[in-house]
Formats: sequence, C-alpha cells, structure tokens
Amino acid sequence: MLSAEELREIDTELGHYEQASAATIEALKIVQRHRGWVSDEAVADIAAKLGSSPADVDAVATFYNLIYRRPVGRHVIHVCDSVSCWIMGQPRLTELLKQRLGVDVGQTTGDGRFTLLPICCLGTCDRAPALMIGSDTHRDLESVDAARLDAILERYS
Amino acid sequence: MTARTSPPGKPLTDRIRPEHPPYGLADYERHGGFQGLRAALKMAPQDVTGLIKAAGLRGRGGAGFPTGVKWGLVPMGAEAPKQKYIVANGDEMEPGTFKDRLLLEGDPLQFIEGMLIGGYAIGASVGYIFLRAEYVLAAERLRAAMRECRARHLLGRNVLGSGFDFELHLHTSAGRYICGEETALISSLEGKRAIPRAKPPFPATAGLFGKPTVVNNIETLCNVPHIVHYGADWFRGLSKCGDGGTKLYGASGKLRHPGAWELPMGTTVREILDEHAGGMRAGLKLRGFLPGGASTDFLTAEHLDLPMDFDSIAKAGSRMGTGTMIVLDDQTDVIGMVRNLQMFFARESCGWCTPCRDGLPWGEKILAGLHTGRGQPEDLDVLRQLTRWLGPGRTFCAHAPGAMEPLQSALKHFRVDFERAANRGVPITAAKTGAQT
Repeated sequence: MLSAEELREIDTELGHYEQASAATIEALKIVQRHRGWVSDEAVADIAAKLGSSPADVDAVATFYNLIYRRPVGRHVIHVCDSVSCWIMGQPRLTELLKQRLGVDVGQTTGDGRFTLLPICCLGTCDRAPALMIGSDTHRDLESVDAARLDAILERYS
Repeated sequence: MTARTSPPGKPLTDRIRPEHPPYGLADYERHGGFQGLRAALKMAPQDVTGLIKAAGLRGRGGAGFPTGVKWGLVPMGAEAPKQKYIVANGDEMEPGTFKDRLLLEGDPLQFIEGMLIGGYAIGASVGYIFLRAEYVLAAERLRAAMRECRARHLLGRNVLGSGFDFELHLHTSAGRYICGEETALISSLEGKRAIPRAKPPFPATAGLFGKPTVVNNIETLCNVPHIVHYGADWFRGLSKCGDGGTKLYGASGKLRHPGAWELPMGTTVREILDEHAGGMRAGLKLRGFLPGGASTDFLTAEHLDLPMDFDSIAKAGSRMGTGTMIVLDDQTDVIGMVRNLQMFFARESCGWCTPCRDGLPWGEKILAGLHTGRGQPEDLDVLRQLTRWLGPGRTFCAHAPGAMEPLQSALKHFRVDFERAANRGVPITAAKTGAQT
C-alpha cells in the first residue's frame, strides 16, 4: 500500500500534467525516495493509483536506470564511465572502489551500506573523473588514493 | 531598479559568480534581469519570434536549428489549439558536455526569463523543465527561483499584469541518454519509455500530449532575454561568424586548465584550447578532438585553426554539436577511447529499432577485442560496414548515426592504430597472406 505521504506527493505531481499516467516516473521516484527501491507490489499500487496497468508501469520502471527494481544499499555510488572521465583515469578509480568496497560493479556490500553502479556522463567533465554518492557529486578524483577514497566513503554511514 | 546601460559582452555568464550562489530576484533585476520579458510582453508574440529569427540564434543543444524558425512552425492565432507547451531540454547527458549545468546553477532566473519569453512567443501557457536527475543543485536552485517568481507574479496567472498566463513545472528525470532526443524527451515527459517518435508530425504541431510543443535547449533559452532586451543587431555583433551570439564552449581531457568559457561564436579551436584551456599538459601532444561531444566526428591538429561554429565544423566533416570539446592526447589509447564511446552508445540505445539495439553491441564487442589484443584482420571491415549500416537513414533516430561519427572518423584518422590492433591476434605474415588462423 502507498503511504499517505507518498499519495500526497503523487497527487501534487498529478496536478502538473493533463494525463495521470504522465506522473508515472515521478510516482516511481517518490516511492523509491521513501523505500529505497521499487517492489512488484509498489508497481501494482502505483498502477492502481494512476489508472495504468502494472505492466505499463513496469515497462517504464525497467527502462530508466535510476529506478531500482531490486533493493540497493543505503548509498548508491554512481561512477561516471563516460569518455572524459575514462581519459582522466576512471578505470583506475573503479578498480580502487571495487577493492575498498569488496564488491564488483552492480553489487551491494554485505552490510547493505553501498551499491556500486556505473553512470553516464555527469556533466562535470572539466573536473574528471567524478562520481556521485547519493545526491553528492565528488570531483577531481584523478590522483585519488585509498586513504582519500576511504575518507570520502566514511562520510556515508 | 535600474536597467544596466551598456550591454554585456558575455551576456550568458555576466551575472554568474563562480563559487557563489546565484542572484536572487532583487539582485537579478538590479543587474538587468526581466528587462527582456518586460519588453517582450509589450510586443506581439509573432514579433518576438521575428526578432529571434533576425538575431540568427541557432539551437545550442547540438543540431543548430534556427530557434526563431522552430518557434515560427507553431500554429498561432484564433484557429490554433488553445493548449500549447514549451519544454526546456535540460537533459545534458552528451558525454563531455557541462555547459547547461553552469547556466542553471549560476543564473536560474535568466533561464526562467527565457522560458517565459519563449512561452509568450508561441502562445504556451504551460512550460516544463526536463532536468536530468543528477543535477541536484540545479534542481534546488531552479525550485528556489521559481518560488520567488511565483511570489512576484512572474509565474502563474496574469504575468506582470500583462494578461499572459504561464505555469512552469520542473520534471526531474530518471536517467537514460536518449531522453535528450526531443521526441524521446516528449515520450518521457508523458510518463512513458523514452522512445523517439516518427517525424512528421513535428512537435511544433503535435508534441506533448499531441499538442503543439517547442523543445529548446537550456543555453538557447538563456540567450533569449538578451536578444529581446538589446536587439538582434547587438546579438549578431557578438559573433565572429554568420550565426549570432556568444557560445559557451568547453574543453576536457588532459589539458592544463579544462573548463568552460563564454566566447564569441566562431572563436577558433586553437584559441579555446591554447589560450583558455592552457594547452596540453606537459609532455603531451594533441592527437585529435571531438568538437562537440561524444557523437561528433574526430578532428585532428590540422583543424585547430577552424572557427568553432556550426558551418565551419560541418565543412571539415564533423559537427560543432554542444561546443564542448573532448581532447585526445598522444598517450591515451585511441582504440580504448573509441571502445569507451561505443560502450556508452550501446548501453544507452533505447532498443526500439534493430540496427541500433543489435548493431551497437556488435561494434562494442569488436572494439573490446581490438583493445585487449584479440583483434582479427577482418574486424576493420566489419566496423566500416557498421558505420554504413547504422548511418543516417538506417535507424529510427539519430542515436546510432551519432555513435558512428566518432567511429568512422577514428577509422580514418587513426587507421594505423586500428590496423596494428587488428593484426595483433595473428602473426603479421599470416595476416598478409590471408592464411587461416
């Protein structure tokens, strides 16, 4: 069931569009903001709320890479792997992250703290390589070492 | 409040103070803000469009389509549909591009003013800002600016008592590069998978929810208030070429000072890279560059004196695109770079049409082989074929043709590297005689 808070937020978004189904992406993001991810049950609840079918909502949910249809860690790390960051040393940054977190790209740490994912260009190419942790962007990571990376990660409990 | 008297030479970034929060409404107006809107509201909508046409403003999202012409395609007058929309494309996801972020974070009110004028010119009462999810700070600042505008009757019913109603909504996206394609963006804004649509009908007649819709890039809209305030001749005078205005150029890669700079349209590549970006880092030489993002053809050192404008870069066989350059140095592996580009495009294909969905991963796989010492002599022929099969006219939208631009030009300009990689998998002599491996 959608919570009263989630329903209230979805209703606000519904007022912005001339068709209810247009708020599908917003509704998915609202649920995800509250719960961390979007379950099958949530897909069905959103569909009922917007007058769509669960299949239609799931087609949308599975298209967008920032909608998680599986549980993720408390903090999602998105490493930009597009061309400017690649030139500036993203492969090394990704390897270092994998080593510090003990997971591969696409996985979540055993303590449920971090999920490591790739992302396309974050639009901060003059300060590459870059990554995001949650809604924070971290830049200028060309010469980052294990100690500095650990210090960044420690800010996220 | 007083309007500034002398027009700025760098209008887009005039009010941006790096490392400082953007101006609020009072400061914005003190620095000439909303003069353009006030002037526009006294004009007939079609005259505003006429002014934008006369100014020679071309779309800054990459395609360079004349903005005034785009607005002019929208049905106007009593017979026109009542509901029309203007949409700002803030999905900036072209690899190597970081200009719209600066404009939204640095001066959100300038953008909102451009949006209002655009809405007025085409008769749209509702606008949407389609913003990529990752631009968290831009979203925060836009929301704050929109709140201030509502409180001061710059948004909502009867804007500044003019009788013009304009609601503005911020839509933050959920990822996927294809959302930047204007018809895919419209699909996404309707809450669907971001799949491009067939044209015609063009969005100007049947766009969002089937209504007349204009989709403009953020930088494009940011130019609009200044054109209305200072005039078409002033705008044309800013430029070094036939297209009006300044351009927010950028450069990334192994340069001394990568960054973004507002310069006259038509500034040469050499000036941008040498004077503004400080040249290559010590010990490195420029080998090539993508002039306007990942989906543009490589150019090389011989093109450094070209002016960065739509027509000059097109004549050299590439595209100015977003005007943000990605530089390849002589110690970065070109095959690795092209592999990275093709990985990006393969991953970001929306999957709607077969050549793109299946062709891009094929090319990526071949490049992965070439990059990791598993190249085959026939690989280059397959890659060349792909550049034709996925080229213009073979796919539903411009995604795959865009992916082929850096590939086809890399095969041409860096042929030796590719031939070396292709022959790494088999002894050179066997490859020469065509022996089986």
